[in-house]
Amino acid sequence: MRLAGFYLFALFTGILPVLFPDSYYVTVVGVTICTNVILAVSLNLLMGYAGQISLGHAAFFGLGAYASAILTTRYGLDPWVAMFIGAVLVGIFSLVLSRPILRLKGHYLAMATLGFGIIIHIFFVQMDNLTGGPDGMSGIPVLSLFGIPIDSDLKWYVVMASAMLFSIWLSLNVADSREGRALAAVHGSEAAAQTMGIDTARVKSHVFVLSAVMAAIAGSLFAHQQSFVSPESFSFFFSIELVTMVVLGGLASTFGAVFGAIILSILPEILLVFEDFEVVIYGAILMAMMIFLPQGLFVTLSRRLHCMFASRFQRTK
Amino acid sequence: MKRCSLYGLTGLILIFVMFVSVPTFGADTLKIGSFLSVTGPASFLGDPELKTLQMYIDDINSKGGIDGKKIEFIHYDTKGKAQEAKKYVNRLIKKDRVDVIIGGTTSGNTLAVIDIVQNAHVPLISLAGSVKIIEPVKKWVFKTPHTDRMAAAKIYEDMKKRGISKVALITGNGGFDKSGRAQCLALAPKYGITIVADEQYGNSDTDMTTQLTKIRATDAQAILNFGFGKAPAIVTRNVRQLGIKLPLYQSHGVASKKFIELAGKAAEGVRLPAAALLVADLLPDSDPQKRVLIDYKTKYEAKYGPVSTFGGHAYDALFITLGAVKRAHSTDRAKIRDEIEKTHGFIGTGGIFNMSPKDHLGLGLDAFKMLEIRNGTWTLVD
Repeated sequence: MRLAGFYLFALFTGILPVLFPDSYYVTVVGVTICTNVILAVSLNLLMGYAGQISLGHAAFFGLGAYASAILTTRYGLDPWVAMFIGAVLVGIFSLVLSRPILRLKGHYLAMATLGFGIIIHIFFVQMDNLTGGPDGMSGIPVLSLFGIPIDSDLKWYVVMASAMLFSIWLSLNVADSREGRALAAVHGSEAAAQTMGIDTARVKSHVFVLSAVMAAIAGSLFAHQQSFVSPESFSFFFSIELVTMVVLGGLASTFGAVFGAIILSILPEILLVFEDFEVVIYGAILMAMMIFLPQGLFVTLSRRLHCMFASRFQRTK
Repeated sequence: MKRCSLYGLTGLILIFVMFVSVPTFGADTLKIGSFLSVTGPASFLGDPELKTLQMYIDDINSKGGIDGKKIEFIHYDTKGKAQEAKKYVNRLIKKDRVDVIIGGTTSGNTLAVIDIVQNAHVPLISLAGSVKIIEPVKKWVFKTPHTDRMAAAKIYEDMKKRGISKVALITGNGGFDKSGRAQCLALAPKYGITIVADEQYGNSDTDMTTQLTKIRATDAQAILNFGFGKAPAIVTRNVRQLGIKLPLYQSHGVASKKFIELAGKAAEGVRLPAAALLVADLLPDSDPQKRVLIDYKTKYEAKYGPVSTFGGHAYDALFITLGAVKRAHSTDRAKIRDEIEKTHGFIGTGGIFNMSPKDHLGLGLDAFKMLEIRNGTWTLVD
């Protein structure tokens, strides 16, 4: 019962491609959604559960993507090995980074992560010889799983959806673990958490590393799926978009992040029909959501529904 | 709380299902898709391209369409970003299910989508400059603008005529610049030209005197600047400010009135290779291109103002496509592709196109005219 929501969602992601194997929204937008969901879920671990803001999450995503791109195209490594190396490198990097950066709080932490994101972006643009500069890198080899090359949209959907479900499952379990409760304590009050005997620095750095590594793996998958990477995908604006996804869905709720990521990935696709006004409408929708549903779309929605059903149940009793 | 997420999820799923629309089946129309950089740094290229396409497609539809079919035109703005280009090309192919794609304003945008159209078997006519788009030849990819290699060759030809053999090269850091620089360096030995300086600047820099001072110290006989946008105008101004008297060559990337406006008096005497469109009025009446050029120019200027060669590339791409559809009598992607490849003797704004399985551009060096800026306007050199 604890994971009922998860199984329902898994069933839903599984049925979609069977019902609509040709739909653009499932096979093409669906893959983007899966990537964004992984990123939002990983960011939510840090932001939602631990209460540590990060405006540089896209940088880890980018590091993973470029690690895969560079190691496979320039050094001819197997994609899976490259992905593993990328994840390990990002893990070490974020571990080293986590101690000094997570000492900061509030606006200062926001500034530090923001600066970090921008530095990494500049690195992607300027290191021409390694990253291909502003034009990016193309010709990233196809990923294959058990000897089957993943070369169609539908196959990518299966891979990305599995990765997404795994990350949701992981996030749900982390939240319900001892570490997860420690995170919630840190979120509530760091001083109180310390008096309870929680090593807050350790807990925070753990979740930071986990979140960064998840983003890096998403980045590797993204690089292979697109077979092309360029710095613009990992800019400061994408970091902000990720934060928006998490906040929009509802902080400290895994499915909130999922929901936020889905909405923010699908909205631009639908609003395209408005052509020039798309950005305006997009902004207006976001504003309206935050004004009327400040707790986040998903969290508010599920509470309302819950109350509605609960009161009805009580009446029938 | 756990129950909450169950309810929330049900709501989420219901909303999602509403979005998963059933694909629509179009009537008997020709679907042309395009992805251009109408806004962003390359907007001065993409904007006239889109206007040209829209103007002619509306015109043709009001006259009953092509080969008995109306044209359905679907356009997305990539803002000059490669990632957006990929996204929209996927959308054009998988959602809108277009028959032909025109676009890729910039080389970066085009190169990013080549894999997609090659795998999906959709004909693509690019409006971007780089020679890498068509070399090596890709089955489904064509282009209409002259390549950077042709520009470099044309410039070197002119230099040889003037007895110049030592050239200082100065280029920006964008995709167009880099690709152009590579072609300039590669072609130089063939024309007996030595590159005595190879300086670079950032495309958003506001001053290039440092690089030009270095060039002044060399024994260069001419300066060649390969770039587009604002930067070449700044280079031009800086050259004159430093009192450098050497002949200055620009690429076809500056072939618009905007460049003369930005560079002002400093533009006097600058030479560049460009399509004949800029000097349509100066061409002799015997030139087969003249009528096409004047027609396009009058039509475009009546509606939007001064023409640039970039809109002309879109004109060429559109009419090559329509010609192919007419000959194929079909909207079948493979048949259209075959017919595009057979384009022969098509008189466009860029020159006379003769495509072949080995040449997906089909323009010769003579499609370029060498121009010089005199009294704030273009004049023909040869």
